[in-house]
Amino acid sequence: MTTTSLNRSSGTERVSRWVNDHRKWIFAAPAMIFTAILIGFPIGWTIYLSVTDAKGSVRAPADFIGIENYIDVLTDVDRFWPAVMRTGVFTFGALAVELVAGMAIALLLWRPFKAQKWVRVAILLPFVATPVAIAMMWRLIFDPNIGFANRVLSWVGVPPQPWFSEPATTLPTLMFVDIWEFTPMIAIILLAGLTSLSDEPDEAARIDGANAWQRFWYVTLPLLRPVVLVAVLLRSIDALKTFDLLYVVKGQGGGSFHEAETLNIYVYGLSFKYNDFGTASAVLIIFFLMILVVMWLLTFRRKGAKL
Amino acid sequence: MKFGSAKRVVALAAAALLSAGVLTACSSGGGDDGGSKTLNVTLANHVWTDVITKKIKEFEEDSGLTVEINQLSEDQLVDNYKVKLNAGSSDVDVMMYRPLQVGKLFGQSGYFADITDRVNDAGDWNWDDFQAGPVGLTTYEDMVVGVPMITENEMLYYRKDLLEKSGLEVPKTMDDLMNAAKTIKEDNDGVAGIVMRSQASAAVTQFSGFLYSFGGTWEDDSGNSAIGSDEAKEAYAFYGKLLHDYGPDQISTDMSWPEAAAIFAQGDAGFWIDASSLYENVYDPEKSKVGDQVGFAPFPEGPAGSKPYNVAAWALGINAASQNQDNAWKFIKWATSPEMTLEIQKEGVPSARTSVWENPEGTSNFPEELAKAIQVNGENGVGNDRPLVIGVAEAREIVGAPIVEAITGGDSDAAADEANQKFQDLLDSEK
Repeated sequence: MTTTSLNRSSGTERVSRWVNDHRKWIFAAPAMIFTAILIGFPIGWTIYLSVTDAKGSVRAPADFIGIENYIDVLTDVDRFWPAVMRTGVFTFGALAVELVAGMAIALLLWRPFKAQKWVRVAILLPFVATPVAIAMMWRLIFDPNIGFANRVLSWVGVPPQPWFSEPATTLPTLMFVDIWEFTPMIAIILLAGLTSLSDEPDEAARIDGANAWQRFWYVTLPLLRPVVLVAVLLRSIDALKTFDLLYVVKGQGGGSFHEAETLNIYVYGLSFKYNDFGTASAVLIIFFLMILVVMWLLTFRRKGAKL
Repeated sequence: MKFGSAKRVVALAAAALLSAGVLTACSSGGGDDGGSKTLNVTLANHVWTDVITKKIKEFEEDSGLTVEINQLSEDQLVDNYKVKLNAGSSDVDVMMYRPLQVGKLFGQSGYFADITDRVNDAGDWNWDDFQAGPVGLTTYEDMVVGVPMITENEMLYYRKDLLEKSGLEVPKTMDDLMNAAKTIKEDNDGVAGIVMRSQASAAVTQFSGFLYSFGGTWEDDSGNSAIGSDEAKEAYAFYGKLLHDYGPDQISTDMSWPEAAAIFAQGDAGFWIDASSLYENVYDPEKSKVGDQVGFAPFPEGPAGSKPYNVAAWALGINAASQNQDNAWKFIKWATSPEMTLEIQKEGVPSARTSVWENPEGTSNFPEELAKAIQVNGENGVGNDRPLVIGVAEAREIVGAPIVEAITGGDSDAAADEANQKFQDLLDSEK
């Protein structure tokens, strides 16, 4: 590019050569700085709040209290730990079912057939509808007194079920709605992965006499591994943070017994209802670290996984 | 030169990007010259709001102001205030708020403008016309911070046809109520004797009348928790038994007023106890299957008499950070004037002005029985329906837990003791 000889390089030229050598960084710098500020500031502010006793109003004077909030939170067996447990059960319970069901649907749609387009669209419907509207709809369906679900059960002679209205059945019912809503997303991701696989390994296995199950288990699945990982990662991060469904169905505090109170609902209540910004921030930081650990377990522990 | 121009482009791009960010940050601050022609009014979804929005044109023509109305549901309203007022934002001028729910918190945080002088110097608008109880609730540490515009008290709604069918009188005491609920449930297949709120924090306000009528209080005279007292335990058990034994077959613990009202309006319950301001939901034939059969009665008497809540449900205040306080006051004065209050009360919204209640026209559109019951409740009423603390939301969850325990048939006495301890801790933390 440049043809200036070194012994006659003036200041300006040196600068322009430097700019030229680092242009990819210079062009990206404004956006990078901007993003860093946008991400860094809120996290920094949350960390700051988590070591103060901020309460009532953010503008009210708050004192530095060190890690007291963290100790309070981590020793809270009333609300915090049950919320952690519910978050885990909800996320990984729903995810496991979504993965198996999504894989089954993807395999069904893998080979071309008539009306495939329509089936794909139909399957996607739950996933593209508005989450809040979905939650409202299921809440009506599962209403214990006037809901459609119990009416259907009564036709086949099953006694009415409490669904969302009893602590024991609330979380499973919520997981069912989550599964209904997000299985299509997993199916679509896995289907994309399946269609991009080449046929040769499968054919080779067939010639070697492997049956359908063996071909899936020993050939297709290992090849699909990176795609499965992407699906799991996207869905688990999303499911950990589920808010709309839980809040619409059970409201503030996850119901009268906090039966649907996951970490996200708990933090929302702490900050917006209790105005306890210090404790809420501490829970958020702990939650953030938990998500990071889950991500790390899913990605970096696996050898040869390329994301 | 190539690189020079590259540099300039980068510099310009960076400058543009950053200044764009900075500029948008500024413009949302609502720079103001101490009285803009646009007034930002935040209101909750309510019949009162519907009436006012229809008339807003009149105010705009008279005052030459443009009114921007931001209308939200109750939950979103509070969250919206907390975000905006925390940030010291000035794009809320007039705020509709619930004095009982946030009065103490907002007062303590300094979110309200002091309007004491404005209400006292308003002449014909007549501040003295407002009922004492509601005014007490919109006063924070001797400063008037809000003008109450909607009152409500605890009403017993009943089904005339079902009472008649079973040969029952309208319940006057708690025992009457229990027996009537039992009889109606036994005499009518698939109909609940009574329906009420069952969600822990939502039920607290409706439970308050039971608590007072059984002789209990939230706090004793020295500001300590009183929900572990025998009277309170009795009230918890009574409320729970009503719903557990004679409520809907599938009793959920998620019911607030919309769910309870829906069951009553469907014709599936003999009694419903809730706020008087909600009567349209079960009386209006368009909303209710049993509108022509709904009766209204004052709150039943317990061992300590009939002590329903009688409170200022909503008030209008001015944001302390507003740059447009004079115009905000103009709006409040217009919306709460004697004439306007009469108009709105004729639409079925109970007001806080004495003169409107004394004017026969003021109650002309209420069902006669309802107007009578409101009046009786007003005479017996207690001026708050929930613990008056700063952390109301937290307190409601705590004192509401034994209600749910009783509804589900659990040990509500033990739950009351546990709640008593938690409530005491909360009170201590606020001292």
